[in-house]
Amino acid sequence: MSRYIIRRLLQAIPLLFIISVILFVLMMNTGDPLATMGGRRATRPEDRERLARQLGLDQPIYKQYFYWLVGNDWTLIDMDGDGVPETPGIRKGILRGDFGNSLVSRGKPASEIIMERLPNTLMLMIPAEIIVIIVSLAVGIYSALRQYSLADNVITAASFIGYSMPIFFIALLSMYIFGVKFKSWGLPYLPTVGMFDPKVGKTPAQVIWHMILPIFAMTVITAAGYSRYVRSQMLEVMGEDYVRTARAKGLPQQLVIRGHVLKNAALPLVTIIGLDVPLLLAGAVVTETIFAWPGMGRLFIDHLSRSDTPVVMGILMLIAIAVVISQLVTDVLYAWLDPRIRYT
Amino acid sequence: MQATADSNILDIPEEIKAKVLTPRQLVWRRFLRHKMAVIGAITLILLILYSFGGVLFFTEEYANYTDTGIRLSPPSWEHPFGTDTVGRDILARTIYGGQISLMIGLLAVVVQVVVGVLIGAIAGYYGGTIDGLLMRFTEAMFNIPQLFLLLVMAKFFGSKINTVELFGREFSGSVIVIIVIIGVTSWMYLARIVRANFLSLKEREFVLAAHTTGSSNVSIIFQHILPNSIAPIVVSATLGVAGAIIAEAYISFLGLGVQPPTATWGNMLEGSYNYIETAPWLWIFPGLLIVLTVLSINFVGDGLRDALDPHAIVEAN
Repeated sequence: MSRYIIRRLLQAIPLLFIISVILFVLMMNTGDPLATMGGRRATRPEDRERLARQLGLDQPIYKQYFYWLVGNDWTLIDMDGDGVPETPGIRKGILRGDFGNSLVSRGKPASEIIMERLPNTLMLMIPAEIIVIIVSLAVGIYSALRQYSLADNVITAASFIGYSMPIFFIALLSMYIFGVKFKSWGLPYLPTVGMFDPKVGKTPAQVIWHMILPIFAMTVITAAGYSRYVRSQMLEVMGEDYVRTARAKGLPQQLVIRGHVLKNAALPLVTIIGLDVPLLLAGAVVTETIFAWPGMGRLFIDHLSRSDTPVVMGILMLIAIAVVISQLVTDVLYAWLDPRIRYT
Repeated sequence: MQATADSNILDIPEEIKAKVLTPRQLVWRRFLRHKMAVIGAITLILLILYSFGGVLFFTEEYANYTDTGIRLSPPSWEHPFGTDTVGRDILARTIYGGQISLMIGLLAVVVQVVVGVLIGAIAGYYGGTIDGLLMRFTEAMFNIPQLFLLLVMAKFFGSKINTVELFGREFSGSVIVIIVIIGVTSWMYLARIVRANFLSLKEREFVLAAHTTGSSNVSIIFQHILPNSIAPIVVSATLGVAGAIIAEAYISFLGLGVQPPTATWGNMLEGSYNYIETAPWLWIFPGLLIVLTVLSINFVGDGLRDALDPHAIVEAN
């Protein structure tokens, strides 16, 4: 098993390398980060040239990638524009944990900017994922046990609609109903934007209160797909020989379901959840934008629009690493849960 | 019980005698039995009629005509869906936006199918190093969430393509950009399916036969193997249209998609969350149209999957 894990980790290295090259090349051509640097005044040509030189943006792209990857503290760079490199570089490169400095928030390390926002995103995503798993297991099992009943048909139809709905629509709809309409009907209404009420301050109660709607929107969309999956898995397992055997030896329905069906049906859900990590992160971009939640998704949009390569690349690489790791953890967990599967 | 005992077993009544059906007819029959898929197909046809037939009632100039004097007016007889932030008629814009959204969905899938089938077919057919390289690339693309890739690419190509004129209408260059980037960020799943199919099909006798009669590799790939793996491609492409429409809506919603005045259902929603309290008609109508379209395409795709499943042929009829 440990050999399998080591091999997978080694395979991840070229993978992450390809990803970083693709993204870096795309990012370097997305626009001019210097355009917005002069504040309201247009940047003067000589300032622009000096800035580009100081930030290393005048270098050819392969060199910029190389410096981004391994840093430039081992060589000299040309700062004053006379063509002779004289100043020792200070960047360490992403391989040594230096994401570079943000081009927009001048001089601030990109990693610091990202780490400020990451907890906010996780604060939404982790509870949402837990609720999604509980809801979809409950709904999926319930409707599988009552296959083709009225409740099952209603649930199937509802989950099909939820599954087809873009997250912004359910978000806008829930904001309208629970925020706007409840307010006008004089009912207790939910806040629609932000993380806390500035008048009250950032208390845990406020944050939780503001988390309800975004988590609700994410849950509806994701749980719809998962519960359909749980339902079909349950039905498949219920047709297995070992379930018939369990029934034949006289086990009561309750025990058959709990002891034999549930565990086997819930297994493949592990894979789905593991593979859905990127989807969840992508959903966060839209969710955070609508609900004005100060997380990593909005940070991404804001800095992408100003071509802030270090921050954007940092976020993208963090996500790529998260995806690779979650896939590995999923595979290992699956092998551990299901003794029929063996990796060598 | 009594009736069966009396009748002669060999004397099969005409109405239960099996007619010989072509595979195409079988597929069609199975599709028709899937009620939700049929309803989905009908809804889809109605939506297409809505967005292409609406041209008879409104001109594009009208759809893009701004009149700030009537901005954000609620639905009325004159403007059944209300007006937007610069006073454009939302009904007319959903019609013209629908054309663009549906077109983006279809054309993006064409790009997706071309790229996916080519990469999958080459990787699966030739195997070895080519397969290894292509699959590493596919995996790398898979590991970046599509939305992030779309946003970066939208920014990459943004405004680099000028407006184009097609069918006597002007399209913002961003329409082409969106079609291409949705296509090139969504082919990975299809490539994997096609590769898996090719891997198993290329070992079959008919491929060996084609080799011995001297068919070229290209002709074996496209004339012998590809037609045999058409079913999963059709299903995946159908569902891909829904995915492409949602993807367009996401990037346009975030403001990096198709640029106004060209309307799409997605970019009509941009910024509408700022008017959630005052002007819900801004997002309700285009949003509902997106949901309806995606839902019907998903139902049709589901029906096609069941209808095209080769294992289901036995139980047909």
